[in-house]
Amino acid sequence: MADPEIKSYEPYHESQSAAVTESRPARVALMTIAFAFLGIFLLLPLIIVFNEALAKGVGAYTQSLSDPDARSAIRLTLLVAAISVPLNIVFGISAAWAIAKFEFKGKAFLTTLIDLPFSVSPVISGLVYVLLFGAQGLLGGWLKAHGIAILFAVPGIVLATVFVTFPFVARELIPLMQEQGNGDEEAALSLGANGWQTFWYVTLPNVKWGLLYGVLLCNARAMGEFGAVSVVSGHIRGLTNTMPLHVEILYNEYNAVGAFAVASLLAGLALVTLVLKTLLEMRYGAEIAATRGH
Amino acid sequence: MTTAPAQAGWRFRQPSVIPGFGLTLGFSLAYLTLIILIPLSGLLWRSAALGWPEFWAIATDRRTINALEISFGTAFIAAAVNVVFGTLVAWVLVRYRFPGRRIVDAMVDLPFALPTAVAGIALTTLYAPNGWIGKLLMPLGIKVAYTPLGIVIALIFIGLPFVVRTVQPIMEEIDKEVEEAAATLGANRFQIITRILFPGLAPAIVTGFALAFARGVGEYGSVIFIAGNLPYKSEIAPLLIVIRLEEYNYPAATAIAAIMLALSFVMLLVVNLVQTWSRKRYG
Repeated sequence: MADPEIKSYEPYHESQSAAVTESRPARVALMTIAFAFLGIFLLLPLIIVFNEALAKGVGAYTQSLSDPDARSAIRLTLLVAAISVPLNIVFGISAAWAIAKFEFKGKAFLTTLIDLPFSVSPVISGLVYVLLFGAQGLLGGWLKAHGIAILFAVPGIVLATVFVTFPFVARELIPLMQEQGNGDEEAALSLGANGWQTFWYVTLPNVKWGLLYGVLLCNARAMGEFGAVSVVSGHIRGLTNTMPLHVEILYNEYNAVGAFAVASLLAGLALVTLVLKTLLEMRYGAEIAATRGH
Repeated sequence: MTTAPAQAGWRFRQPSVIPGFGLTLGFSLAYLTLIILIPLSGLLWRSAALGWPEFWAIATDRRTINALEISFGTAFIAAAVNVVFGTLVAWVLVRYRFPGRRIVDAMVDLPFALPTAVAGIALTTLYAPNGWIGKLLMPLGIKVAYTPLGIVIALIFIGLPFVVRTVQPIMEEIDKEVEEAAATLGANRFQIITRILFPGLAPAIVTGFALAFARGVGEYGSVIFIAGNLPYKSEIAPLLIVIRLEEYNYPAATAIAAIMLALSFVMLLVVNLVQTWSRKRYG
């Protein structure tokens, strides 16, 4: 039973809310369009990866993954990430310390340069190393004379991966450390801590969640990079094939189950990355706040 | 900073009690130079060494021009589609409350996390003539996989989070009181959206468009599977670079890469100008 007095106010409330939000049918329509769009463009591709991987049963799936070439692709991908991610962590921390803790000329320009790899096509990121280290490259002759293999070998793959994942850690840490200011560090120093102690015991704990966030994104890209690595790797099976490259080879050989089996591992990595990222944002949203919104 | 640099004249950096400036800046600059700057300048040097006639011949080659047109054209269309749907998705996520909102919100970042090659084979399988979506479009006479339309689909997937994640935080900051004030002054919902909300969001939408567009132009992994890669028809510029490299035609690969870098640079410049203008106009 509705109170007649309240009911008489309702038209007024209705018109109020109608101006501040959409009418109910409009809301339902907008949500339906948004969900349909996300479902078609995001959810279906994800579902089809696992669907195709298991199309011929679990046996075929596990068999594809225990193939020696698939095994070596997985090992190489892990190795490349294990080298390139720490390199970019050291760079990211170092660059963030210099940029966030000090005021100097050309700082804005330096920050722009750090973001540069994001606006370069992955193929070009690989190409620049081919031009440098390839047979016709600037250093190609010298490298050949000394028997050093960079291109079509692990060092080239690592370099290309470092190039494309270069900005991830730095661009998470710089805004975060700028927002936190220098107060804590100055206090630690005035109490007698030296520079390293200040970094280990004061700065690092302050930025650890932001750092983890950056490392997570850096790692996902490092393991999944295709274009840049494809140009420098030479696609030698069992030797210079990373997981994404192996997916391509199997797919082009019409081995759908094999391609999607390896792809499902990469999709699993993407899902784990998304879950961890969301947990970090929920739990430590304030501590990585400066890094959100891009 | 607490110190006053005014009396000190020009100085490279302002004094600070915090140590480690030389070490961290030195290391950062050395690493940046070795990994990014030297290789990139190598590319520019090599393309400059080509000489104008050779460079011009490569740049005006029909196949080069078509590849660039396809790359920039499809990236433009995909970014435009993403502006519409990305803004809509951001609006639904910011303004409406529904169960599973966090999961949907997290899902938007999937294209950032999913390796491009995986996205490429998944989309191709979906849109192939016998795929889940391709089968439905076939009777309508729409072919997606192995046509330029497939490239657009892949680039929509890749670019979506750029628009959503740029627009979303700005939407969250919108003060509802402004809308209420407009409503009490007699504005209807349509007027509020076009006159009050849209101007505030315009710079973010332009930025989102630019990021999605820039990413789309250079995208390789997700596109090459679905594109069909027919020269002159569905061959993107990054793929043409790879093809030239595999032919050991280094000059052509270098020249196309240099043109792509220059065009992207000009685009970013234009977008920056539009942004400055829209901030002044609406800011």
